[in-house]
Amino acid sequence: MDLQTTTYLVVGASFALYIGIAIWARAGSTSEFYAAGGSVHPVTNGMATAADWMSAASFISMAGLIANMGYGGGLFLMGWTGGYVLLAMLLAPYLRKFGKFTVPQFIADRFYSKSAATVAVVCLLTASTTYIIGQMTGVGVAFSRFLGVSSDTGIYIGQAIVFLYAVFGGMKGITYTQVAQYIVLIAAYLVPAIFISLNLTGNPIPQLGLGSDLSGSDISLLARLDQVVTDLGFGQYTTTTAGSTLNMFVYTMSLMIGTAGLPHVIMRFFTVPSVKDARASAGWALIFIALLYTTAPAVAAMAKYNLHATVNTAVAGKGDLYAEESSLKVEDRPAWMARWEKTGLLKFEDKNGDGRIQYYNDKTKSADAKAKAEAAGWKGNELTVNADIIVLANPEIALLPNWVIALVAAGGLAAALSTAAGLLMAISSAVSHDLVKGVFAPDISEKNELLAGKIAMAVAIVISGYLGLNPPGFAAGTVALAFGIAASSLFPVIMMGIFSKKMNKEGAIAGMLAGLFVTLFYVFAHKGILFIKGTEFVDLIGGPNSFFGITPEAFGAIGALVNFGVAYVVFKMTKAAPDHIQHLVESVRIPRGSKMVDGAH
Amino acid sequence: MDDKSAGYWSATLGLLTKILIVWFLVSFGAGILFADALNSIHLGGYPLGFWFAHQGSIYIFIALIFFYAKKMGDIDEKFDVHED
Repeated sequence: MDLQTTTYLVVGASFALYIGIAIWARAGSTSEFYAAGGSVHPVTNGMATAADWMSAASFISMAGLIANMGYGGGLFLMGWTGGYVLLAMLLAPYLRKFGKFTVPQFIADRFYSKSAATVAVVCLLTASTTYIIGQMTGVGVAFSRFLGVSSDTGIYIGQAIVFLYAVFGGMKGITYTQVAQYIVLIAAYLVPAIFISLNLTGNPIPQLGLGSDLSGSDISLLARLDQVVTDLGFGQYTTTTAGSTLNMFVYTMSLMIGTAGLPHVIMRFFTVPSVKDARASAGWALIFIALLYTTAPAVAAMAKYNLHATVNTAVAGKGDLYAEESSLKVEDRPAWMARWEKTGLLKFEDKNGDGRIQYYNDKTKSADAKAKAEAAGWKGNELTVNADIIVLANPEIALLPNWVIALVAAGGLAAALSTAAGLLMAISSAVSHDLVKGVFAPDISEKNELLAGKIAMAVAIVISGYLGLNPPGFAAGTVALAFGIAASSLFPVIMMGIFSKKMNKEGAIAGMLAGLFVTLFYVFAHKGILFIKGTEFVDLIGGPNSFFGITPEAFGAIGALVNFGVAYVVFKMTKAAPDHIQHLVESVRIPRGSKMVDGAH
Repeated sequence: MDDKSAGYWSATLGLLTKILIVWFLVSFGAGILFADALNSIHLGGYPLGFWFAHQGSIYIFIALIFFYAKKMGDIDEKFDVHED
């Protein structure tokens, strides 16, 4: 069977499975729609949270970025897992005890203010929509490859599928569907990684393979990779940091606190039966997440090694990387390169007209590499590989069987769809439940409330699809921006709402607005106002990364500091929260008396 | 706030502080600030600082959450505020 047919079959079968489960578990009442009736087991919930969590950014994009960045890419690994420690200890059990099922509801009650809730909804919508833009980019890449269309067309198809999918069922449908999606996506990630690790190092466990010697040699994979990339003028793989140590530090911090502030993840912890379960649930989620996250760096390094070995035969041998016969002849290039050239995400140009492909860093600062390239008659790097294709192309680069390639396509789509669906649920509940029912029309019928939610989903899909056509960065970079927004706006107020009894509504509102504003200002300066190309104003703030060399993706941690600071100052100038709120906080802090999450409030 | 709940809350904060110190040391410490120094030590083919950033901190995070869940359960029982 050819690759195209196999891909259709595997992807089709996985979709049939999800839709089947969604029909089987169709939601009835509003509380079932949002929170699955509060009856999900911690392990099940952990698996569903993991599927929800691991999006196109984790599955499709992250390993590719790590392959590009090397050691510095570790900020994604630490940032997107370390946040669970914060979530488990600082937020989840208390929000579960509080017993409502959306983040704005908590903020409305704790800060006794509908204005605070409205500001929280705005923060939530900004973060979630940005997040979905990243998903759309990833969906576009996945569909473009396996349908053989441009990545723009891929996005249109993706939009249609995400919409049908999210409107179909509620959280309950989604919880069980997401368990199925987790299984598909983790299998799709691990199977090729195991094959590749076995091929390169003889060790089937990728986490160990990454630390092993290359088969048939006495040099370790990482050491050889370091040699190859530095010889070709790239930065050393195991030590190149992300910009600067400071930037890597705040970037990691942003992702961690953003994780704990993202509403679609927090919502997960409303669906477990008890406070005790909420604590353990985060641990289970992290185990399932870690399976992928500890494999990703192996995928990254091995894909990078294989890519270099494909275009340069001296990589696997001991010969000279710069010898003429080492470079791959254009007509000998493997079929996967031609397949990816069609999507426009892999480009090749024979700059020196020698009929061979040279892949190296032509902007290198290494005088040694520069001199060697010149001596060999190389006239510039001839191969551009979009970081977002590395994972999807990985099994093809390693020449694995067709069914593995098809499985990876299914896994990538599962990752993107499950996260998009979870985010759309958060958007839908924020608009219909917290904004329409909570603020504008308290008497709205249950049916109209659901309708309002579905309209909100449709609008979010259209906007994010449109912006996904010209994304502000690679899928993982765009998603990192969403984390920065959540980190700077929502995390600090939720935390202050639990750990300070006296923090008042004035402080909370001012904090959220200040955190959101400075972060968006810095991000929009680099990426355009509302991410629209051509509206950047980076000169106004003194050039790119002008704030101590911090990149916009890393700025969320600074925004969070501003949020805490402004909230504290405003709080000091105004009256403390009233007594009944202080009692409420005391009761939230102890587990006894936790109730099932209640839909009608 | 009565004595019991004040005691419970300070026990909780004490546990959180301890865990956050470890959380910070493995990721921001070993994985970022001291990564260069640790890279001179090797764990198999892994330079140690690189290992903390790409592998080690994740394993420790998992352990921390389950340790926290267990200890919090004990604190709940001790102050008699656990769920029925």
